Amino acid sequence: MEYISFILICIGILFNFFGCIGLMRLPDVYNRLQSATKCVTLGTCSILLGVLFHYGFVEAGVKAIIAIPLLFFGATVAAHALVKGAYIFGVKLGDKSVKDDYKDVPKS
Amino acid sequence: MRYIALFILAFIFWLLITMNISVANIIVGAVAALVTALIFGKHFIKDVIPFLQPQRYFWLIIYLIIFIWECIRANFDVAYRVLHPAMPIKPGIVKVKMSLKKNIAKTILANSITMTPGTISVDIIDDYIYVHWIYVSSEDPEKYSQKISGRFEKFIKKIFE
Amino acid sequence: MIDYLNILLYVQIALCVFCLYRIIRGPSIADRMVGIDIFGILVVGICAILSITTHKAFILDIGIAWIILSFIGTLTLAKYLSGKKLNE
Repeated sequence: MEYISFILICIGILFNFFGCIGLMRLPDVYNRLQSATKCVTLGTCSILLGVLFHYGFVEAGVKAIIAIPLLFFGATVAAHALVKGAYIFGVKLGDKSVKDDYKDVPKS
Repeated sequence: MRYIALFILAFIFWLLITMNISVANIIVGAVAALVTALIFGKHFIKDVIPFLQPQRYFWLIIYLIIFIWECIRANFDVAYRVLHPAMPIKPGIVKVKMSLKKNIAKTILANSITMTPGTISVDIIDDYIYVHWIYVSSEDPEKYSQKISGRFEKFIKKIFE
Repeated sequence: MIDYLNILLYVQIALCVFCLYRIIRGPSIADRMVGIDIFGILVVGICAILSITTHKAFILDIGIAWIILSFIGTLTLAKYLSGKKLNE
């Protein structure tokens, strides 16, 4: 059990690292948000699963497992709000982008 | 009806987060759940009767398996794009048609799209959902609608409608 | 095992430096907000590992509270970005 939890935590930190590299390298706000949200959310979920395997189904393990859906819905809804806010604020799509269907719709 | 459903949900959440079955703890949890249900009940899902049917939970489990598989694939996809020296990205915002009617189903579909490879949902207007896609691989609306939302739509329709 | 976990904890803390770089250098204000959002999620991971290395379960409670607070904070920032008042 110790080793399973250790391996899960290692995988989580590896994905967090990929997410942070994406946050540094990618060219504009929308692409950065894509890489960062996906990788960091799944990495942190993996770390919490490792905590569950370390404690087993006692008080602390159940706390770790109810943190996972909260983190999921929180991160996705926050990413959606940030993308919409950035578009309304007027951040342009990057130079490489090829298509923009959202330009002509009335924003609310 | 929905006030009672929210009360039960909040009470189960309280019991899970404290893991303590003493009388005092249960009384405090019941009072807190009652206050929560009275204040926020009018924002909860409109009709909760369909969620008592057991076959919806069967589809929910199948949907969760597919969704977790897509999540893991999304992470390897992002890692490939980030670590590749030339960064193979071709981003754009596309417009996808969907056939769901209820608000809760639309919300779950938008959340699923955000966690799948290369897509993030920007806005929902009536029947269309606007999606930022990191690699626009085809110009045909039919094809990319199928690629982005077709995998989830039929399951979500069975679960929530 | 605890020693290796301590090393992993330092790695996770070092990842926050990337977010700080994005917060300080970001060309536009939206970049900074993305940095703040990701920083909030990384702190949850720090709390989870810290609860193993110190054998204290209550740090997970701090993690759960941090998830909700970071979510509400990001929603407020996004609402400010799209130019609305906070009571709309």
